[in-house]
Amino acid sequence: MSDRLSVLKTYKLYVGGKFPRSESGRVYEVTDAKGKWLANAPLSSRKDARDAVVAARKAFGGWSGATAYNRGQVLYRVAEMLEGRRAQFVHEVADAEGLSKSKAAEQVDAAIDRWVWYAGWTDKIAQVVGGGNPVAGPFFNLSSPEPTGVVAVLAPQESSFLGLVSVLAPVIATGNTAVVVASERSPLPALSLAEVLATSDVPGGVVNVLSGRTAEIAPPLASHQDVNAIDLAGADDVLAKELEIAAADNLKRVLRPQPVDNWSETPGTDRLTAFLETKTVWHPTGSLGASGSSY
Amino acid sequence: MPTTAPNAAHALADVTASDGTLRRFLHGLPGVDAVGLEARAASLGTRSIKTTAKAYAIDLAISMVDLTTLEGADTPGKVRALGAKAVHPDPTDPATPSTAAVCVYPDMVATAKAAVAGSSVKVASVATAFPAGRAPLTVKLADVREAVAAGADEIDMVIDRGAFLAGHFMKVYDEIVAVREACGTEARLKVIFETGELSTYDNIRRASWLGMLAGADFIKTSTGKVAVNATPANTLLMLEAVRDFRAQTGIQVGVKPAGGIRTSKDAIKFLVLVNETAGEDWLDNHWFRFGASSLLNDLLMQRQKLATGRYSGPDYVTVD
Repeated sequence: MSDRLSVLKTYKLYVGGKFPRSESGRVYEVTDAKGKWLANAPLSSRKDARDAVVAARKAFGGWSGATAYNRGQVLYRVAEMLEGRRAQFVHEVADAEGLSKSKAAEQVDAAIDRWVWYAGWTDKIAQVVGGGNPVAGPFFNLSSPEPTGVVAVLAPQESSFLGLVSVLAPVIATGNTAVVVASERSPLPALSLAEVLATSDVPGGVVNVLSGRTAEIAPPLASHQDVNAIDLAGADDVLAKELEIAAADNLKRVLRPQPVDNWSETPGTDRLTAFLETKTVWHPTGSLGASGSSY
Repeated sequence: MPTTAPNAAHALADVTASDGTLRRFLHGLPGVDAVGLEARAASLGTRSIKTTAKAYAIDLAISMVDLTTLEGADTPGKVRALGAKAVHPDPTDPATPSTAAVCVYPDMVATAKAAVAGSSVKVASVATAFPAGRAPLTVKLADVREAVAAGADEIDMVIDRGAFLAGHFMKVYDEIVAVREACGTEARLKVIFETGELSTYDNIRRASWLGMLAGADFIKTSTGKVAVNATPANTLLMLEAVRDFRAQTGIQVGVKPAGGIRTSKDAIKFLVLVNETAGEDWLDNHWFRFGASSLLNDLLMQRQKLATGRYSGPDYVTVD
């Protein structure tokens, strides 16, 4: 035994590219699967949620306006950084979910692979869901997918890291910005992921991570007039119903709770398209002079 | 501070007899404890204003806004839109109070006047070669007369900071008096010190007294065109000045912080300063104003949040 005192980590929120404590000053105890204390995590209030939405809205213009190619590069960079901190995430996931080191490593590898998978989709999704439409008139009619806006993401409760990546990566890949409510019982991998995002070219505010009671933070997000969509993955049946009703007020897009854990299958494009809207442009074919179309 | 005397007004009248007496008086004002001032302003900013008090404060703040557009790109259309917004800040809720005034450049006064006709909203106009104030006195006075003739209810003038910093207090004083005269009996005069250019708190205190001695109806922090605009500390200092001035002369002068106040939280902090420093008499849009443009949107979003319980967003207020 050495005499050295270990340095404990203060886990913080990630809002607008910064690492603040909760505005409320509250924390709660995070334990491992066996009930042993791991760390104190911030217990976010609804004001933290509001601040996160403001930050996400501010970041939306830049992130959605970036080229799809650029977003892909940035997301790939995130995967590179995750790979570099793999050991830390394996450790945190093993603690959080009570897994053996090898099982946890499987989860982390799958999460990194999934991140790369979504990074590749940024500049390809438009070809899949967009395109030219045949119309009965002298027009080009083009549909292209556009990001919905600020998306509130309730991360899955059980799968603290793979589940989180599975719901977060598709949201930001298409140009949305996200306010993530981390798994309530095991938020530490999510808060560490924020540190990776902060050091990997993702502009501040594109992803904002809150930890705390899902049932406390989610309702103000669901009723928030400036949130455009909500992913209910981390809500139980009762809460999901309540949130869906609140979300109807400003016609938010709602993605109902769906399983996200099966990493043996490819995720498909459903989660990418869930938070996309279709913009359709009509453009005259060629010049239209008095003598009619030259086309 | 000199103590209140029965014929204090007379005592202060002598102050402006000559350049020498004015300088002696202004330099005789007690120095400002900068650390204490900022600590006081910061501690008053920590008050928690919630629920009904917050609703009252937000409505009061809305009624105190001088909705401002002072851009080279101002068009008649933009001024009309601003006027409409000043009269009905939130068209979805008729209970929302109107703002105090719209504040525009002199050539837009007539347009603004027509836009707010029939409402309680006043038209304020900046004048005297705003924002620099670097023009001959004759030009400045012509600027003021034009604005008043066009129907301005309030004139926001800038002082000659160059003369003030060079110590020519009498020149600044005479200029304010001349502008006061040009305003006639109709228009109220707001005197802008541009506190961000006055360098020290002592200078802000001197400028405040100088402005009030010269007959200002309002003293105003800044133009909104420089890096440092209204801060809680310099507004607190000016509130102390108007409080002490009334105690000595019986004349009440208003205060208008302008520039840099963007959130409801900030606005409420200023209202706390007013109540705790000058007193309830100033908690009225006749005596306290906010020079702002984006502040109103935040106040409206907070108001909607209080009314509905849902956080509002910028999609639900106008862009300008």
